[in-house]
Amino acid sequence: MSVSPTWYLVLAAVLFTVGAVGLLVRRNVLVMFMCIELMLNAANLTFVTYSRALNDVGGQSAVFFVLVVAAAEVVVGLGIIVSLFRRKFGATADDAHILKG
Amino acid sequence: MLAVATLPDAITFAIAAVIAVVGALGVVLSRNPVHAALMLVMTLFGVAVLFVEENAQFLAAVQVIVYTGAIIVLFLFVIMLIGVDREERVFADGFNARRVLTFFLGLAMLAEVLLLGHQRWVTGAHSVTGTLHGAAANVSDLGHAIFTTYLLPFEVTSALLVVAVIGAVVLARRHAIGGETAERPALAAGEPGSGAGTDDASPLFEGAPSGSGVDQ
Repeated sequence: MSVSPTWYLVLAAVLFTVGAVGLLVRRNVLVMFMCIELMLNAANLTFVTYSRALNDVGGQSAVFFVLVVAAAEVVVGLGIIVSLFRRKFGATADDAHILKG
Repeated sequence: MLAVATLPDAITFAIAAVIAVVGALGVVLSRNPVHAALMLVMTLFGVAVLFVEENAQFLAAVQVIVYTGAIIVLFLFVIMLIGVDREERVFADGFNARRVLTFFLGLAMLAEVLLLGHQRWVTGAHSVTGTLHGAAANVSDLGHAIFTTYLLPFEVTSALLVVAVIGAVVLARRHAIGGETAERPALAAGEPGSGAGTDDASPLFEGAPSGSGVDQ
């Protein structure tokens, strides 16, 4: 018998909260991006946990799609960051607050 | 609860959970973005172990291959490409009111998530249409579900990937569509701080030539 789903859900909640707080605290856009990945992983853990608890393949399918969307999001997000750095200069989110090129 | 679980399962869960949480804290607290990326790898490995523990072998493999093999490498490429691998003082302005507010917001958020998780939103009824058949059949279960039930989302996903690739190419182009070069327009405008790349960033970064502030 493996560990109860409750523990997995608590762990996912903790990971999600750490990611959310990191998103609020950090200013480096890349680290903020990593915090988003952290939150996505916490959600994935919840999906897989419910998939096991309810014996349903739907949760794992959802995680599959989340992985694909995360990959696409990272590609576009990093492209935006690189082009932002190419014309602006700062590494922090505050440097892009005008949102002009 | 943990008492019901067998000892190897409980130990595996505990170790992987500690690794994941320490990695997550490392992402948030490490001063160097490269270290943050490596800490993220640690978290992803911990979560992958938990996926194996929950009989999601395929997703564990995909987690390691796609996340740590592709996404983190992409992160590291970008970090080194744009040269922000300098250290950031995470708490440079000290614990001002905003930081304290953020901390309490995080605590409130954790409480809310735990509270919501405590509610029973699901009926607890087991699936009848898409059941899982254990560890050995994980790949076939998932493949069967994706290529029958979720076929349309799967195809839409491929369209999404194409759009993402095209978007990345468009974003990475150096020249604007109209033939006008988009390369550093701020230089021509003569704005302050438009000079040498990232070197004149805010004094939040150590090693910046503006050099105000003391080392931590």
